[in-house]
Amino acid sequence: MKDDIATAEQIAERARWMRRRAMQMVHGKGLGHIGGDLSAADILATLYFGVLNFDPARPDWPERDRFVMSKGHATGVLYTALCAAGYFEDELLESYMAPGSRLNGHPNRNYLPGVEANTGPLGHGFPIAVGIALAAKLDGSDRRTFVLTGDGEQQEGSNWEAAMVAAHNGLSNLTLIVDRNHLQQGAPTAETTALDPLDAKYAAFGWEVHEVDGHDPAALLARLGAPGTDRPRAIIAQTVKGKGVSFMENLAKWHHGVPSDEEFAIAMKELA
Amino acid sequence: MMDGASPSSTFDCRKAWAATLEELAASDPRIVAVVNDSVGSSNLAGFQKAFPERLVNVGIAEQVMVGVGAGLANGGKVPFVSAASCFLTGRALEQVKADVVYSGYNVKLVGQSSGVAYGELGATHHSIEDFAWLRALQPLTVIVPADPWETEAAVRWAASHDGPVYLRLSRMQVPDLGPDANGARSFEPGKARVMREGADATIIACGTTVHLALEAADSLAGEGHDVRVLSMHSLSPLDETAVLAAAATGAIVTAEEALVSGGLGGAVAELCAAHAPVPLERVGFTGFQKTGDVATLFADAGLSGQGIAAATRRALSRKAG
Ligand SMILES: Cc1ncc(C[n+]2csc(CCOP(=O)(O)OP(=O)(O)O)c2C)c(N)n1
Ligand SMILES: [Mg+2]
Repeated sequence: MKDDIATAEQIAERARWMRRRAMQMVHGKGLGHIGGDLSAADILATLYFGVLNFDPARPDWPERDRFVMSKGHATGVLYTALCAAGYFEDELLESYMAPGSRLNGHPNRNYLPGVEANTGPLGHGFPIAVGIALAAKLDGSDRRTFVLTGDGEQQEGSNWEAAMVAAHNGLSNLTLIVDRNHLQQGAPTAETTALDPLDAKYAAFGWEVHEVDGHDPAALLARLGAPGTDRPRAIIAQTVKGKGVSFMENLAKWHHGVPSDEEFAIAMKELA
Repeated sequence: MMDGASPSSTFDCRKAWAATLEELAASDPRIVAVVNDSVGSSNLAGFQKAFPERLVNVGIAEQVMVGVGAGLANGGKVPFVSAASCFLTGRALEQVKADVVYSGYNVKLVGQSSGVAYGELGATHHSIEDFAWLRALQPLTVIVPADPWETEAAVRWAASHDGPVYLRLSRMQVPDLGPDANGARSFEPGKARVMREGADATIIACGTTVHLALEAADSLAGEGHDVRVLSMHSLSPLDETAVLAAAATGAIVTAEEALVSGGLGGAVAELCAAHAPVPLERVGFTGFQKTGDVATLFADAGLSGQGIAAATRRALSRKAG
């Protein structure tokens, strides 16, 4: 919760725990999207422990700040963040993707408190976030909305339609964060459908744009916590897919690769 | 091609799909592949290596992918647009309707890992609504191959046919079903394959459920029931003659890795209700699936040899009553 905002050091510590726990979950289940979990860990830790105003005891509190995880495949990082934020007990993480589990491979708001949207198909979270921000504006509420997309995900046209609607409606209560790890499922974004200049695109769409080191909690805290202006705000977070595990960093194969027992042991050592 | 394989071997039909497409592309320069960051999941790394300039990866953009396919067809190409079924048919449904089927473009839509093959990844990634959605679009030929041989035959037919086709492929392991009940192997869209003859009841299956239906018929034979099994590889156009002949056996069971409503079960029910009312039991899914691996989801839906046999017994008892 906002009242007990964490320091950059505390956020880094939470992110380290989330990375380790996500690694255990993916290794244990033999399924998951570890590369994109690791690239987004510092972003989610900063949001949940330094920025968002929420109460895990009242997940449907109408005035909560909203976070929409548009890159829904990265449930390792989302579920560990929600767990650390107090939405549920650590024990539930053991059931990751087990038959009947509330921790589905992609998030389901009907199973789990704290989830705002059933994402998984890419390019859905941002339009939903625009609607959430519009509702807040209609209510005259100062609650804020944050949405995280992958960078490959930005290839979906729905994002650009959403960007226009948000700017047109002056949604200064909306922040888009792009996990700019330069890799998608099978290849680098630059070799698939290039995105750059991403900042100039959002600026041309009427957005305030910032670049930030997506693995620097202090920088993330400063950017994500800053008050809004008169426009929606896009934060391009430069990240490394697989961050924190040397043999996973910057390799597309770890998009949904699963570490062997030996690789798992090394990964846990490196994330210690 | 699969002759000589031991009956216990199973196959991932994506291999047959990719090998056949590569072979056809070597002699037909019009063939191109269009994908959405799905080279790996479509098994098209070999195609990409052999024909790098004929593989168009539009990125994560399914609506564009299908529209681009229609445009390539306009330019005289024969595009095979290949992506996970859920996104190809769900995200790009209007492009499939307007740009491909309504416009009459010669586009081959190839749905990968369809049904519940993505298991634990959940309902967003399952493609069990596709039968209902695509059966509504006419004239679109919808083909659901049951084994590697049907897959190869379907890809060959799609490439030679001038018109829109949806190939619904799976990555699940299935056995080679061998020749049909007449000892023949022939593939003709709109014509069901009789995989086993029988006069007491008929199980109509397609894709990944055909081998389960055969298992069911085997066990029912031990109980003295003589059950016919059809591989209804063309969901659309449906082989109405074969369905009406099935109705004449007095009891029908449908089995599909899809939503029953609007799916194969829906199609058979529509036809039989109008022309040949008959006891009908339908095995398949009825809605969004809870978290679970493929085996759990299949078992819970009764998609097993035993489950289909039980449904057949129910149909047989209704026939008697
Ligand atoms: C509409 C849609 N198309 C395709 C996919 C399959 N898919 C899952 S993750 C992924 C790559 C995502 O890349 P990116 O957005 O860069 O995410 P990250 O690198 O953060 O994991 C793809 C293609 C999907 N989930 N949804
Ligand atoms: Mg990425």
